[in-house]
Amino acid sequence: MPSSDAAVAERSVVASTTPVINDFSIQVATVNGSGSQTANLVLLRSIFQMGVPVSGKNMFPSNIAGLPTWFTIRANKHGYVARKTEIDFLVAMNPETAREDVLNLKRGAAVVYDEPLKLDALRDDLVFYPVPFDTLVGQVSRDVKLRRRVRNMIYDGVLSQLLGVQLEQMEVALRRQFGSKPKVVSINREALDVGFAFAEQHLEKRDPYGIEPMDENGGRILVDGNAAAAIGCLMAGVTVVTWYPITPSSSLCETLIGYLRKYRVDKETGKATFAVVQAEDEIAALGMAIGSGWAGARSMTATSGPGVSLMGEFAGLGYYAEVPAVIFDVQRVGPSTGLPTRTAQGDVLSTAFLSHGDSRHPLLFPCSPEECYSMAINAFDLAERFQTPVFVMSDLDLGMNTWMSPTFEYPTKPIDRGKVLDQETLDRIGRFGRYRDVDGDGIPYRSIPGTDMPAYFCRGSGHNEWGQYSERADDYEKNVDRLTRKFETARNWMPAPVVEINRKARIGIIAYGTTHWAIIESRDQLAAEADLQTSYYRLRAYPFRSALASFIERHDRVYVVEQNRDAQMSTLMRLELRAELAGRLRSVLHYAGMPIDARSITENVLIQEGYRVEHSEADGPLPHNAGVGGE
Amino acid sequence: MAIATSPPKKIKLNRIGLELPVYRGGKTTLCAGCGHNAISERIIDACFTMGVDPTQVVKLSGIGCSSKSPAYFLGSSHGFNTVHGRMPSIGTGALLANKQLVAIGVSGDGDTGAIGIGQFVHLMRRNLPMVYVIEDNGCYGLTKGQFSPTADVGSTLKTGVVNDLPPIDTCALAIQLGATFVARSFSGDKKQLTAILKAALSHRGTAMLDVLSPCVTFNDHEGSTKSYAYVKSHDDPLEELDFVPFFEDITIDYEPGTTQEVTMHDGSRLYLRKLDQSYNPTDKMQALRALHETHARGEFATGLIYVDPMADDFLTSLNLVDEPLATLPERRVRPPRAVLDEVMDDLR
Ligand SMILES: Cc1ncc(C[n+]2csc(CCOP(=O)(O)OP(=O)(O)O)c2C)c(N)n1
Ligand code: SF4
Repeated sequence: MPSSDAAVAERSVVASTTPVINDFSIQVATVNGSGSQTANLVLLRSIFQMGVPVSGKNMFPSNIAGLPTWFTIRANKHGYVARKTEIDFLVAMNPETAREDVLNLKRGAAVVYDEPLKLDALRDDLVFYPVPFDTLVGQVSRDVKLRRRVRNMIYDGVLSQLLGVQLEQMEVALRRQFGSKPKVVSINREALDVGFAFAEQHLEKRDPYGIEPMDENGGRILVDGNAAAAIGCLMAGVTVVTWYPITPSSSLCETLIGYLRKYRVDKETGKATFAVVQAEDEIAALGMAIGSGWAGARSMTATSGPGVSLMGEFAGLGYYAEVPAVIFDVQRVGPSTGLPTRTAQGDVLSTAFLSHGDSRHPLLFPCSPEECYSMAINAFDLAERFQTPVFVMSDLDLGMNTWMSPTFEYPTKPIDRGKVLDQETLDRIGRFGRYRDVDGDGIPYRSIPGTDMPAYFCRGSGHNEWGQYSERADDYEKNVDRLTRKFETARNWMPAPVVEINRKARIGIIAYGTTHWAIIESRDQLAAEADLQTSYYRLRAYPFRSALASFIERHDRVYVVEQNRDAQMSTLMRLELRAELAGRLRSVLHYAGMPIDARSITENVLIQEGYRVEHSEADGPLPHNAGVGGE
Repeated sequence: MAIATSPPKKIKLNRIGLELPVYRGGKTTLCAGCGHNAISERIIDACFTMGVDPTQVVKLSGIGCSSKSPAYFLGSSHGFNTVHGRMPSIGTGALLANKQLVAIGVSGDGDTGAIGIGQFVHLMRRNLPMVYVIEDNGCYGLTKGQFSPTADVGSTLKTGVVNDLPPIDTCALAIQLGATFVARSFSGDKKQLTAILKAALSHRGTAMLDVLSPCVTFNDHEGSTKSYAYVKSHDDPLEELDFVPFFEDITIDYEPGTTQEVTMHDGSRLYLRKLDQSYNPTDKMQALRALHETHARGEFATGLIYVDPMADDFLTSLNLVDEPLATLPERRVRPPRAVLDEVMDDLR
């Protein structure tokens, strides 16, 4: 037993004697580039396999190696998967942040740490478990490189023993990770065993936390939102993918490319039914997507805020020339030298009106991988139905973190290619006018180049309904009014909100995207702790449905909860709502770069509702020494 | 050199049975005498004689007077007047959607050399099969005569302002970037421009044509090196060109050593009668040297400057199915249920 251990035992306070089962969070603090991701995912997956609801969030710097990274796993028997700010169990592997990581913990938390860091001297109200990682990894291998790689797996072994995460499940998870490499599996397994054995022999369990098998995860998968969106694109029948790398969206296209190569190469000819181009920048990426959308492809690109800003001019062209394209915006915080690897919902307003005069774009807001999948499919149909760029507004938390999800449903509807001119239609309408509103819904017919349908000359807004060049005031006005009509038609084609009306509730909550998960938990907290009943409107798209106004009408006050500073969605709503309804809106805003948590919302709402709240650490602990760099 | 047979002039229909007027476009709104109009006429000629199928053509352009001109030729083809300097990406996308399309892009020297230089660079690198015409007048016509990046040092604006920045030579740049067909011509040289356009239409890869095209309204004065008079008197053709399309059985006799024959991707042949004994347009170094030397003399080397007729083009490298991606039926683009099941199992 390490010599310091006895002293620790004396000074430490045993937090609680009542066990806390399947309801706590683990944080692993490491250095990026140290291979901790594998160990973290194995831990996450093992808990998942034990049937316990779990979520994992990676907080990483904009850097390839050497800067601090925190991975948080939350196991929760009630199924809450939002970020929880309090850490119950810390694994301190990073000397640089260890001190602060420990000082930030709440009383009674447990700490597994690299023994030489001597963290036990910092506080006497925590449970400390020193582990001599270097000595232990020496038992696994002599090879320096290998040692580095499996060192982190040792804490999985320690945690397995301390928390009751079954070793067999860890091995299953390992196999999933390294499937085809038995040697890698076996050396990692050894590291697990060494960690487990050490804990068994030298560590006396003094914290209350534990994992016990449940039966909650039948039929569920573990997936990140970007992979889910990629599967959606695959199933949507995407044919052209043009992109420019940017965190946190890159993995969407990279995963998609993998699937396309596997599932969309013609068996007989060996040729691809898709084209992928890594463009020179986001301007070109959207230009290519619009060019191919115009020529009849199902085209897409994926990016994040900085890329969206570059796409502005083309987005406006797409709107006015009426060309379909799907754009995934995996939102992150601000500029490239800012917090490029942190999450936000900060592109709502700028994307809704992206580009020059009177442009407006449909936006979809997935909250889960399942919706990344289904909305991806929907986005292609909507883009073609409405002949316009459609944005899918994901975020870093959704796109890059690992989520539990039900398996995805195979599409029930055939692909909708919208109003593409064919001979039958041409016979019916007589003469083709590219921008003619034949059906009264604002949506014109389009012909595809290279087919035998009549051609037209495509340009921005300077055209009459026949597609002829015109700068006449009446032609322009007529055209933009038709575009408005088209947008109105789109309202009822957008994904409907998910509304939960509580008849006793005087107040309502509106949220969208990943904020949803914290809302579920916060509503329970509000009900349980303050007997405050709430109704909930989960917004899933812009343009809004008329149900939005009716929802607000039903309630005295409505809290719009979002992850940006400027209440962007609320602002967008105010543009459409009657003044009287707009006056009922309040905002709960969260913009720290970390995924929103329930406690912050609960406290914020209670304060605004006039309750006295003892402020918790709802917004902390935020590691403020996280490295920042250019992306 | 003598042409052995010459087709009777009476024929009004081309190879695919279409008349010339089918290849015309809307009435031009450019200034009378603008070089761009002459280029549109040559495009009409070349497409008609080559028997290009207008339903398979997409006309693409950026923004500028030059970029308006696709509206004035091939009126029965699809066209897309896109945004300033970004036509290459729209063209790339269109060809990804349908690799069978014949893409004809028209840009300006501002549209290409300034705002669009980035997309131009990458278009050249990719060797996307497309005819890319720069209608080069050394100024911004549509915004009323400011200098463009192809204006020569010492050239003046109408107001007397002197340009003191070196020009971008789009031909030299294109060659360096790996372009596979690079030519320079003059809107006033009917014969040369038509031959080059036809050869460009036979090329599988990016055919980059920098066509000097005087702006008669803003850049035709004394002191401008892109005026009609200046270009006409400083045009220094590298070779005399004859083009024989693949569908014509014509032989051209020439004295050995005087003429270079280049076979294009589609089997068409280009005969280059050497004016300067040493010039060889398949030699990159020579091409760059010729551009440099003529420019140093204050002249324009025109003609086919560089060609590599058999290089791989971008679309071929993508290994796409034979049919256009745009019109593949659902069963070929939406994988069956079993695929989704497999993907789900992998994530369980
Ligand atoms: C983003 C953007 N910036 C500026 C303009 C204004 N603009 C229109 S045409 C033009 C220059 C065109 O010059 P060039 O390409 O040489 O064509 P020319 O008119 O001389 O044929 C400019 C700057 C624009 N349309 N879009
Ligand atoms: S301004 Fe110059 S470039 Fe534009 S149409 Fe007139 S002559 Fe041509």
